Amino acid sequence: MTVVVGYIPDKYGEAALTAGIEEARLRGAVLVVVNATKGDALVDRRYVGEEGLAELKARLAGLDVEHEVRQAMGADVADEMLRVVDDTQAQVLVIGIRHRSPVGKMIMGSVAQQVLLDARCPVLAVKPPA
Amino acid sequence: MDTLNLLADGLQSAFTLENLAYAAIGVLLGTFVGVLPGIGPAMAVALLLPITYGLDVTQSMIIFAGIYYGGMYGGSTTSILLNTPGESASVMTAIEGNKMAKRGRAAQALATAAIGSFIAGTIGTLLVAFFTPTLANQAVKIGAPSYFAIMLLAMVLVSSVLGASRLRGFIGLFMGLTIGLVGLDLSTGQARLTGGSLELADGIGIVVVAVGVFAVGEALWTAAHLRRMPVDVIPVGRPFMGRDDWRRSWGPWLRGTALGFPFGAVPAGGAETPTFLSYITERKLAGRRGDSDEFGQGAIEGVAGPEAANNASAAGMFVPLLALGLPVTATASILLAALTSYGIVPGPTLMTDQPDLVWTLLASLLIGNTLLLVINLPLAPLWARLLRIPRPQLYAGILFFASLGAYSVNQDPFDLALLLAFGLLGFAIRRFGIPVLPLILGVILGPLMEVKLREALDLSGGEISGLFNEPLAILCYLLIVVVLVAPAVLRRFRTPDEAIPEKEAVR
Repeated sequence: MTVVVGYIPDKYGEAALTAGIEEARLRGAVLVVVNATKGDALVDRRYVGEEGLAELKARLAGLDVEHEVRQAMGADVADEMLRVVDDTQAQVLVIGIRHRSPVGKMIMGSVAQQVLLDARCPVLAVKPPA
Repeated sequence: MDTLNLLADGLQSAFTLENLAYAAIGVLLGTFVGVLPGIGPAMAVALLLPITYGLDVTQSMIIFAGIYYGGMYGGSTTSILLNTPGESASVMTAIEGNKMAKRGRAAQALATAAIGSFIAGTIGTLLVAFFTPTLANQAVKIGAPSYFAIMLLAMVLVSSVLGASRLRGFIGLFMGLTIGLVGLDLSTGQARLTGGSLELADGIGIVVVAVGVFAVGEALWTAAHLRRMPVDVIPVGRPFMGRDDWRRSWGPWLRGTALGFPFGAVPAGGAETPTFLSYITERKLAGRRGDSDEFGQGAIEGVAGPEAANNASAAGMFVPLLALGLPVTATASILLAALTSYGIVPGPTLMTDQPDLVWTLLASLLIGNTLLLVINLPLAPLWARLLRIPRPQLYAGILFFASLGAYSVNQDPFDLALLLAFGLLGFAIRRFGIPVLPLILGVILGPLMEVKLREALDLSGGEISGLFNEPLAILCYLLIVVVLVAPAVLRRFRTPDEAIPEKEAVR
């Protein structure tokens, strides 16, 4: 019984985390926060570093939900996230989504789209408050 | 003040809009490759070798010199912001620089590195301008036997003093010498190590070797270690320094320059030793002042000194290159190869044969240095963003330019096969920790050394004694013996368990 949250340290990740916490409370489930990187660049802003990780854990510890933080590295971030979904038998997966131009999607691909199409559990897609 | 007049003339001819543009390109490219770990000025210069065949000598030298200085500077950015030195010369900068950045003083650390590099580079270039003519005047009198001995000394020093293991150093050297041998013998026309292949009769192009070993080798190495955990980057604004930082920086800058320049000018001096010495000196001086506590927690002196030292040593490299035609770093060897490809014979006669080239080059070094400061201070945040480039895209670009460069020299597909072979060699030497410098020095200096050896033996009618008939030559041979024997003797007097643990040699 888990709620998996795809997290990156920006407003989209925050929106997903907020919704994920709510969802875990409602369902009385374990919150699993996933943060993944391709690991192919020296610096990846979307990967939570040492300091950020400690901060995130401290924040979660102050909450009333059972939780866990996982970090993963692999060729495809979406696959890493879906693997956690399978591992934990997740009830729901929460992700943050954003506007993408068709060209941007063609060149860079879309993690969100792949997750939406391939996840075997329902996916809750949230947007940051405008 | 003859030198100053010549330098002023050089400045005049360097100050054309075109040359300034080339200097700016060089400096920007240099910083780019310096910032990214794994890619250095040697690789950048190797990749650009074929591209510059379309330019004239002076302009390509201006670009190359800009790349070299820029690379030295760029390394400091990664050291400070990531604790990942972009160049081996910036290892020392990382110690205090990253601590400073973690304490929120990244802007000051970057500023002291940039301004220190500028001051050291400027003083260093002026020293080159004053020393090189004198040295070249003396060097003209040096005969072939002494030349041969000096080259031999440089090779032995580079192979045995630098790096963790002398065995590995010499393996690299002999691999390089072997590659240098391939082709037709210059005086007898006999084919050597060609395996009967006609394509190899002309020898192996230096572009193919350099690009293969530096660019393709590094790309393969990176491909084998593609995924690594990202590291934290410390955000930075525009670099600046307070009054107190200035007061604490100028001493280390000058001391670093004084340490770096002589080391840069000597074979096997390199930039690692003087940066280390500078760091130690600053720490000792801080201890004497009673504020050594800050060292280890981000002392600005620990950034200012080593950064000045590494740029001063980069300048020092030009003394033996311009006065003797003797390269002491990997980048210098490729610069030498570039000069040779223009039909210019580097050596003591360079100053008299090509005064315009030399003085314009020195003047553009000064200009490049200034550009480096002007461009890089405001651009620091942008350089930090470069670190987000994904490796596959970056190395795809490098491989593209590598193949293009190797093919363009002779328009011969055979060169592409050779490029791959040398790429595999480059991968292998990284895998087994064999240093690149002795190898590339062997390839480039080997054939030149053979010419001098032949000359010396021709003069003496084939008598081996012809190699020892100059005092300078004998001195060099004595030094070689000392370098080779001293460590063995010292080891005898030392207990075995005191043996120094082998350093990690893989870059």
